[in-house]
Amino acid sequence: MLVLTGAGAAVLAVTRDPVRLAILSAIYGFVLAVLFTVFQAPDVALSEIAVGAIAYPLVIVVAIAKERE
Amino acid sequence: MRRRQRLLLFGAGALGLGALLVWAAAGLPDFGTQTSAYASLLNHTAVEQRHATNVVAAVVFDYRGFDTMGEELIVLGAVFGVALLLREAREEDVGRPRDDVRGELVGAVGLGAATVALLVGLYVVMHGYITPGGGFQGGVVLASAFALVYMAGGFRSYKRLTPIDAVDAAEGVGAAVFAAIGVIGLALGLAFLANLMPGSLGTAGTLASSGSISILNVGAALEVAAAFVLLFTEFLEELQAERLGLE
Repeated sequence: MLVLTGAGAAVLAVTRDPVRLAILSAIYGFVLAVLFTVFQAPDVALSEIAVGAIAYPLVIVVAIAKERE
Repeated sequence: MRRRQRLLLFGAGALGLGALLVWAAAGLPDFGTQTSAYASLLNHTAVEQRHATNVVAAVVFDYRGFDTMGEELIVLGAVFGVALLLREAREEDVGRPRDDVRGELVGAVGLGAATVALLVGLYVVMHGYITPGGGFQGGVVLASAFALVYMAGGFRSYKRLTPIDAVDAAEGVGAAVFAAIGVIGLALGLAFLANLMPGSLGTAGTLASSGSISILNVGAALEVAAAFVLLFTEFLEELQAERLGLE
């Protein structure tokens, strides 16, 4: 799980395309949530799912939309 | 600075930071070992003293309640800043909001997901002092339900669900609940944010338990959910204003 988290972070860091970044960061948020659950922090995992899967990608998508206008 | 010098500087910095991180990680306690005396003390006393089976909630809203109020005020200040900056720069009336054309399937699935998110959020908030979760986590989940409404139903549905005055008020009330309970405690000669219902802590593990923690928990949920919704609204209004300006 730790290795997957590290690898995911590396993939995110080298991603340049913003649309791809929005989708990947949502998936990475889920990976982080699983990691938090494994380490017995289910409450942190809950907020990570909400922020990582919805709030953060939404901000990126809105920024992309604004940039493209 | 030339490229070579910069690379050298980065190399030295990265090596140093890496070495420190490895050193720190090597000094961490092994996974699953109980080392903190404070943690085991709380695990033994929190349920008995506060009747809250989620010890984290007892720490956040009672033993360390003052820190939590500081965090609440940081959120409040940050949202104030965003609202002040963006509202000032924008024309007051955005006019008729324009919706993008979306597929019916996206709408149906998205609104279904929003309903689930809303229910999960309410559950997480209400059981904050019983099971893992609480006002902060539940508040974020609640706010994400509104974000899903925008993604699935468009800006018009989102605006109708989140009247800005109500969101502003919820944000303020959430923070005020904290301050009020703290100050009432002081006025009664108790400690700041001390439990105001000493005689009625209720049965641990039921919804009617934990005393003031249960109220503070709902206050935090209101504050956090309103803060996120307010941020979403400000960003989305920016987007709409720009679109209208270009037409």
